[in-house]
Amino acid sequence: MFYREAGDFNTSYAEDQQTFPIKFDRYRYYVVLFIAIFVVPFIINDYWANSFLLPFLIYAIAAIGLNILVGYCGQVSLGTGGFMAVGAYACYKLMTAMPDVSMFIHVLLAGLITAAVGVLFGLPSLRIKGFYLAVATLAAQFFLVWLFNRVPWFYNYSASGQINAPERDTFGILITGPNTEAWATYMFCLIFTIASALVARNLTRGSVGRKWMAIRDMDIAAEIIGVNPLRAKLTAFAVSSFFIGISGALFFSIYLGAVEVGEVFGITKSFLVLFMIIIGGLGSIFGSFAGAAFLVLLPVLLKIVGVDWLGWPTDIVAHLQLVIVGGLIVVFLIAEPHGLAQLWRVAKEKLRLWPFPH
Amino acid sequence: MKYKLGTLAVAGLMAASPVMADLVFPSLSYRTGPYAAGGIPFADGYADYFTMLNARDGGIGGVMAKVIECETGYNTEKGVECYESTKGEGALVYQPLSTGITYQLIPKTTADNIPMHTMGYGRTSAANGKVFSHTFNYPANYWNGASGAINYLLSENGGDLKGKKVALVYHNSAYGKEPIRTLQELSAKHGFEFKEVPVDHPGQEQKSQWLQIRRDKPDYVIMYGWGVMNQVAVQEAANIRFPMENFIGIWWSGSENDVLAAGDKADGYKALTFHGVGDDFPVFDDIQKHVVDAGNAAGAGDQIGTVLYNRGLYAAMLAAEAAKTAQEIHGTADITPAMMRDGMENLEITEEKMAGLGMPKFGPSFSVSCDNHGGPGLIGMTQWDATAKEWKLISEFSETDMSVIQPLIDADSGAYASENNIEAGCK
Repeated sequence: MFYREAGDFNTSYAEDQQTFPIKFDRYRYYVVLFIAIFVVPFIINDYWANSFLLPFLIYAIAAIGLNILVGYCGQVSLGTGGFMAVGAYACYKLMTAMPDVSMFIHVLLAGLITAAVGVLFGLPSLRIKGFYLAVATLAAQFFLVWLFNRVPWFYNYSASGQINAPERDTFGILITGPNTEAWATYMFCLIFTIASALVARNLTRGSVGRKWMAIRDMDIAAEIIGVNPLRAKLTAFAVSSFFIGISGALFFSIYLGAVEVGEVFGITKSFLVLFMIIIGGLGSIFGSFAGAAFLVLLPVLLKIVGVDWLGWPTDIVAHLQLVIVGGLIVVFLIAEPHGLAQLWRVAKEKLRLWPFPH
Repeated sequence: MKYKLGTLAVAGLMAASPVMADLVFPSLSYRTGPYAAGGIPFADGYADYFTMLNARDGGIGGVMAKVIECETGYNTEKGVECYESTKGEGALVYQPLSTGITYQLIPKTTADNIPMHTMGYGRTSAANGKVFSHTFNYPANYWNGASGAINYLLSENGGDLKGKKVALVYHNSAYGKEPIRTLQELSAKHGFEFKEVPVDHPGQEQKSQWLQIRRDKPDYVIMYGWGVMNQVAVQEAANIRFPMENFIGIWWSGSENDVLAAGDKADGYKALTFHGVGDDFPVFDDIQKHVVDAGNAAGAGDQIGTVLYNRGLYAAMLAAEAAKTAQEIHGTADITPAMMRDGMENLEITEEKMAGLGMPKFGPSFSVSCDNHGGPGLIGMTQWDATAKEWKLISEFSETDMSVIQPLIDADSGAYASENNIEAGCK
């Protein structure tokens, strides 16, 4: 009824190729953007920013990054935590070395540095595939964490090996440190999230993305039709690591403010982001958001319901969280192995026909 | 959204109503996760002490104390969520109980004007109150611990450690690395040989480290471990027949959990401490009467008198005394977090005070000042008796080498101050 192509005529190629071809979808997207940009910053407080929105936005960027590598290019990676750590430490070194430069530039540079590191660790992907590549990236994970723990230069020789984000601003607005306003940190992350999603979406439907998908679907066939596997795989590693580096930099400088590499960027982080894209949907930008929301917001919601509303003991709620989230993951994967994004796609198909199912 | 409006409404009501609210002591506990065995007794002790104060004395200065628990699972991200969700409820003092969460909250609590007490953990240089205005780490810190262990060894060896070998087995993280600088300085001063043996998290596999120790044959081993790492280390030390009385753990490596697994072989293992052990104090009768028998014990109530329970109890006692001090200074029973900070900065724990609370000689007597948020750093030594299955205090709470520690504190806090543009000084 509401959701259909009828009456929506495209008169140019640009219109024909837009991301949201259906009018209802397009307006929904604009409304979401409008609320995120023009409504949320005015009503946000510290609790909402730090407990829900910042982790959601930052994990969404990491999930988009990993989705490019795993979902679009088919290269399984368990090194996400390590690459996020590269972004975080790069950002820290840049922030402390050049205090006067805008945070925007630091975060972007941190992304570029991570991209370079990602390409380096992506080199083995030319020779090995599948599980073996997963093990190689696992080595990257452990090596990078070990490196940041071992070499004092990375944490500016502090006694404890922790890194702390000093106060930095952009355009005169404080972005990092304890005295920030909730709306400022939120907007800063939101800008990066929207930009990442737009860039990722447009890369994946262009020639680069098609090459990645060709490699994913069958690398020999792709090579025969003229896709250069070296370039395709390494660009996937570079772009993916760039986004993951940005998310790592934001995670450290804006969300946490202080990081100990072994605890924050350990192997569990790699698995968490991997689960996000598996549950959200491999090879889907929307899936990255859905997966991040599912694994970040649901535990906090369950905690609020269990502890604050029902008044249960905190440890029981913490255990129930694991049970419920774990159970839901199993249910989702059985009911829809292609993730939340596929559920969304199916729902859209159904909506198109509704109220006449046949 | 509904929830948000609800909390706003509640916050508005709380701000508007003049009746006295409770004194809120948030407890960022970890009853789940890899370190739960250590987190449960501490959280129980912390909550039980306040429950007992409410039942026995009618709260603190006539105002009821309220403990809000929030589960962190020792995880930094959950810690953020806990901090943000409790700070709006008038939280008086935070005890983050994890090095990672501590580092994160040091600048945040300062900006929000809420004091934080990291008792025997966290950032050691926070002892310099001129730089860390809202962070307190009395009565002792990790560097006191390292020096206390060396002082103990000095007294055992007639004041001379020349030519001895001391190895440090440590959790390879911010926490475990803390004593390295102090021990290096001390080894230069006293002429013993110092070796570092890092153990990566979680420390379930330590065969190679203990093989190294077996080969190097150090005279003494000091351990900075936590969680499962402690149990494994004690077991491995027993396996290579390392003499247990020469094996000294920091206070986080000295609870019942760490030694029970190794059975009789753990007999004689030593651990540093800054508070009393066992349940031979009058305060435990009150806890039995007002908390356990009344059915209000936090958790299962089976932890009473264990080392970590006592530590939680001690932390709660210090928080309650600081609140009382704040009430005296400001002349109001209904104190704010800012007043609480003043109370902590002027806290004085004397022998008479502790005896009056039913905790005679439970900890060292000390006083806090703006210059020194860390107290005097008096350290005692405990030893495990495997047949009686209890820890025994085998030394007095004695002085540590501040001539080595103070310059390190000044240097590290100075670096923090310049990194964050903090002007050092008393407020």
